Amino acid sequence: MNMTIRALMGACALGALASGALAETTITVATVNNGDMIRMQGLMDAFYAAHPDIKVEWVTLEENVLRQRVTQDVAAKGGQFDVMTIGTYEVPIWGSKGWLVGLNDLPAEYDVDDLLPAIRGGLTVDGTLYAAPFYGESSMVMYRKDLMEKAGLSMPDAPTWADIKAAAAAMTDKNAEIYGVCLRGKAGWGENMAFLTAMSNSYGAKWFDMDWKPQFDSDAWKATLTDYLDLMNSYGPPGASSNGFNENLALFQSGKCGMWIDATVAASFVTNPTDSTVADQVGFALAPDNGLGKRGNWLWAWSLGIPAGTQKADAAKTFVQWATSKEYLALVAEKEGWANVPPGTRTSLYENPEYQKVSFAKMTLESINSADPTHPTVDEVPYVGVQFVAIPEFQGLGTAVGQQFSAALAGQITAEQALENAQAFTTREMQKAGYIK
Amino acid sequence: MARKVSQNRKALVTVAAWAVGIAIFFPILWTVILSFKSEGDAIKTPFEVLSANWTLESYSTVQERSNYLRHFWNSVVLSVGSTLLGLLIAVPAAWAMAFVPGKRTKDVLMWMLSTKMLPPVGVLVPLYLIFRDFGLLDTRIGLVIVLTLINLPIIVWMLYTYFREIPGEILEAARMDGATLRAEILYVLTPMAVPGIASTLLLNIILAWNEAFWTLNLTAAKAAPLTAFIASYSSPEGLFYAKLSAASTMAIAPILIMGWFSQKQLVRGLTFGAVK
Repeated sequence: MNMTIRALMGACALGALASGALAETTITVATVNNGDMIRMQGLMDAFYAAHPDIKVEWVTLEENVLRQRVTQDVAAKGGQFDVMTIGTYEVPIWGSKGWLVGLNDLPAEYDVDDLLPAIRGGLTVDGTLYAAPFYGESSMVMYRKDLMEKAGLSMPDAPTWADIKAAAAAMTDKNAEIYGVCLRGKAGWGENMAFLTAMSNSYGAKWFDMDWKPQFDSDAWKATLTDYLDLMNSYGPPGASSNGFNENLALFQSGKCGMWIDATVAASFVTNPTDSTVADQVGFALAPDNGLGKRGNWLWAWSLGIPAGTQKADAAKTFVQWATSKEYLALVAEKEGWANVPPGTRTSLYENPEYQKVSFAKMTLESINSADPTHPTVDEVPYVGVQFVAIPEFQGLGTAVGQQFSAALAGQITAEQALENAQAFTTREMQKAGYIK
Repeated sequence: MARKVSQNRKALVTVAAWAVGIAIFFPILWTVILSFKSEGDAIKTPFEVLSANWTLESYSTVQERSNYLRHFWNSVVLSVGSTLLGLLIAVPAAWAMAFVPGKRTKDVLMWMLSTKMLPPVGVLVPLYLIFRDFGLLDTRIGLVIVLTLINLPIIVWMLYTYFREIPGEILEAARMDGATLRAEILYVLTPMAVPGIASTLLLNIILAWNEAFWTLNLTAAKAAPLTAFIASYSSPEGLFYAKLSAASTMAIAPILIMGWFSQKQLVRGLTFGAVK
């Protein structure tokens, strides 16, 4: 009898040990559908080999749905996600509300000082890093070298808006369906307003003054919108008011745009010969300026953050650390080539001689470095964010103003009316939200 | 005597019917066509799309990237589960309203229908919080309950309409023969209303299968059905029409096939009692 009990107890102890060893933590990662994220899902074997006790479930969502879902989840502490893909807009707001787990305790081998300063600055609130950048992007000019040559022009590395206008005029050949410049026109805070807010910075404009008073009645905003409409109406493609990133990508890849000013991440698409008919003819330049000290480029980083309510913070942190590490960049380079490495997050990547051979690497880094989310405008402003204002109200404001500017591009209202409406709407909303009396 | 219909009129009606049919079906057809094109071709003009090469590239990408079967199984559980649960509640409810109407039956029916007039997003946050507190987020049981509740008014209304067509005298006769309430509903009413119940069942499976608001908002990884599978193929940066079309085609194929095989039943049920 004694023997039986002893044997049973032994078996139980063994079982407990075995189940302890096999205990697996499953974390749920909410993400967007973009090339770099999808690539990571295909490379998870390396993570599982290093961390057999962690399993990762992916929830891939459309960008706007993702934003709504993760906001709802983090605000209500729903606990559905353990890692969230968020951008430089959400991190300062959520970080200051205490909705995210701080990442200042990442180990030394992670080398947090290697993160690009502009990107790190955009993800830090009061000295605490609240999300780790997975890939970073700015915006730059992508242009057709052959068309520029044909027009007898050359693109400076750091063009002005006057250079862009001259080049657009010279390259446009509407009979051949070649349009000098393709820019975003589709309404939305992350669509046309990302471009126009960044452009307005280079014109000395700003969303708000130090007293949070909207500034759409300023001469700088008038000059921004007038020049944008002039460029697009004279040299842009037809129906531009409904063009976003993907529409312009399709136009540029099929050889219909002389220039396209958009996200640096587009460089890998337009230089990919399987999809792009102009792959070997693309040149890159910094986003234009007007000599005022600020360029018209934005700064964005899709980053991995951990919601404060998660029960699995340790496993989540292990995953975030792996996905944004130097080792992960090396893994992608080994499996998929240097051109497919998630760009714009680490200094060491840009110091790597192999990566320096990628045609758009240098211009991407210079674009990112020339954007400063903490000092985005010529004059001082009370907010952070280059192509957005990091306040919760901005999503609604940006989209409403974007609709006015898109309507002006479609010819439904004039530039003056669009600016007047934007000023009136923004003033009303800022009063309602209590920023101004 | 049947009215004589001229040959011309017949032809005209036939052409009009085909035109309407094609107009309704065209978006689905175009989705299927795009799913067999490459991403680069899928964004071209319609004529260029049609003349471009056909490829299975998008299907293989989708297969590689997502767990179709898991989403498919979730869709089956949610749609069939919510419909059966709905019928279980709605058959007795519709029986009561059709054969033993009270003073407020009409009001109750209207009130039930009025719940369909509220935009779902209006109750998203309260429902989300209830789900969170009861641990129902991302569970199939939670979604079966929600889908049952949102489709219940339609199920009750449809069954009520069918039951009203059945003469009350037959049920009365069953009662006089000593049938209990349970036997009356199970063995007399239900067999007579089979076409109606079948079409209600089919229509609600389709509605639940296609429901995208709640299934997207209350699920994450475990209970996500095919609607979430489709949504994951829309991309902010990068072309996605072909892959999205392939995912959509794979998601609607099962329900299309089911609809195709049961169309007789569906049409019979939907026109039940329409013409005497």
